[in-house]
Amino acid sequence: MSTHTPNQRPWLAGAWSLTALGLAMYFLFSSLAATDTPKDTLFWAATATLAVLAVLGIQRLAALEGSTWYALLTAAVFGLWILYFWQLLTVALDVPRVLLPAPWLIVVSLQEHLPVLGSDFVQTVVKAVLVGWLLGCGLGFGVALAIDRLPFLQRGLLPIASLTSTIPLVGVAPIAVMWFGFDWPSKAAVVVLMTFFPMLVSTLAGLKAADRLERELMHSYAASYGRTLWSLRLPSALPFIFSALKINATLALIGAIVAEFFGSPTSGLGFRISTEATRMNMPLVWAAVTVSAVTGSVAYALLAAWERRAAFWHPSVRGKK
Amino acid sequence: MATTTSPLSASWGARLQTQGLPILVILAATLIAWYALTVYLNAPGAIERVLDPKGPWGWRDLVDATLAMQRPVLPAPHQVALDLYSSLTDWPLDSPRNLLFHVAVTGQSTLVGFAMGTALGLVLSVCIVHSRTLDRALLPWIVASQSVPVLAIAPIVLVILGSMGFAGVAPKAVIAMYLCFFPVTVAMVQGLRSPQVIETEMMHTYAATRWQALWMLRLPAALPFLFPALRVGIAAGLVGAMVAELPTGAQAGLGARLLTGSYYGQTVQIWSALVMSALLGLALTAAMAALETAVLGPRRRA
Repeated sequence: MSTHTPNQRPWLAGAWSLTALGLAMYFLFSSLAATDTPKDTLFWAATATLAVLAVLGIQRLAALEGSTWYALLTAAVFGLWILYFWQLLTVALDVPRVLLPAPWLIVVSLQEHLPVLGSDFVQTVVKAVLVGWLLGCGLGFGVALAIDRLPFLQRGLLPIASLTSTIPLVGVAPIAVMWFGFDWPSKAAVVVLMTFFPMLVSTLAGLKAADRLERELMHSYAASYGRTLWSLRLPSALPFIFSALKINATLALIGAIVAEFFGSPTSGLGFRISTEATRMNMPLVWAAVTVSAVTGSVAYALLAAWERRAAFWHPSVRGKK
Repeated sequence: MATTTSPLSASWGARLQTQGLPILVILAATLIAWYALTVYLNAPGAIERVLDPKGPWGWRDLVDATLAMQRPVLPAPHQVALDLYSSLTDWPLDSPRNLLFHVAVTGQSTLVGFAMGTALGLVLSVCIVHSRTLDRALLPWIVASQSVPVLAIAPIVLVILGSMGFAGVAPKAVIAMYLCFFPVTVAMVQGLRSPQVIETEMMHTYAATRWQALWMLRLPAALPFLFPALRVGIAAGLVGAMVAELPTGAQAGLGARLLTGSYYGQTVQIWSALVMSALLGLALTAAMAALETAVLGPRRRA
């Protein structure tokens, strides 16, 4: 498929990228130290050379076969290069901060406003998202278990619950604000509503995932309903449940942040993003976005790690490393 | 990976026969619960404002009052339905009092953004499948972005496009675009890779060029992966378009309608805008499902 001949000399590729990175760093610091250095032909020639080096280095890295670490390394190096050129070009071209602040400015802003962003994090993530996510997922799971023995209700609820994924549920935010006030409970309520249905649908699907053969085996053991549920059906539903937990983690963050766009007290990541955007304080907006992005990725990674521990026997987990 | 059951995946005819009654029962129960909740939630306000807290009134007066309040805590279903109906019939289509006007505004930016996002996703996924460098360097970031609340950068996009002089549809469409773009790209990369080795090798023995292999083998094989992503994408695009309408000074669109409703405490207006946006979401997804059936036939759905 690939036209590159597989390059099996990792040292060469590594040397390529490392040299380029080292050069880049030197270049970055020298250009940062003297922002008033003329952006002359020499500067642009050096930048162009660096870009070519970067592309070649990443190509070499990407061509490496073997360890999965190479793939990870490639993506990481690519990300670093993007950051680097983002910094370099925004400084060199003097891009207005409103359009695109340099990454370094975002880091500085993150550090400066750490207490503010910390309280925003507590307000949005620890209170609204966590409470809403736990309640929504718990309710979805509970309702799914409760109607497990009622196929009539399932047949009625399932299509409706599936259709809710096409509805902009986050629009209930203004109503939630009227009912539960401006503080975090209204955001948690939106999150509950958004996370409930995916969990319900997934759990119901998961409870049906056990094989007929396995169920008949449990039946031949004279296992009770509860025993079959506990020993067979819930374990085989785990991948479905975890998939819903992971989807819901992202949905919950989106729900809480967007609900804060509709109106919130004076803290919260969504509030920070929307108000600082109207005040054109873009580095802080980007810093708040960074916090929410990191939160989303960490939540996903934690849930994925938990899934590997809890459902280690399942083929979908065993297949991965 | 385990997947949740996708909406609209079974044929509607078969569903209606086995599920029609249960769904009707659930909907009826919801309606009854809604009315009960209306009476319960509006009772304090009704007693205070409509009925005399001390004066004589029976429970019938209370129920009547709670179901017909000007600014109820929870409007009764028939109030929402009446508001919807009057907004659709009493005002011309180009009036901001008509909800279809707002549906058109939001739907337009959703569809424009959806078309752009899908096109971008298709092009990028073809590039990723044919370039090992992009596959290794770029794809992990696109996949990772699915666990990140990308909608959070909507205000940034609005500010950037606003300072560049874009207004109207463009900023909303851009937000809808990047929300559609991620699922389409990820699903298409998966789909374009779905042909078996034996099939790609056969194309090779026919001396098919890359373009021929793409056009005759990979793209058709990817279609069952594409459509579920389109359904996800258009729903996400609608949310994006509505969120993008929030800070624009709230003139037109379902999102703006929700916001003005909440500013002025017009609960009935909020609910009818909410119902309308739900209907728009359902209609857009149903259109995608219809397109899927038209392209793939009823059987080949993923």
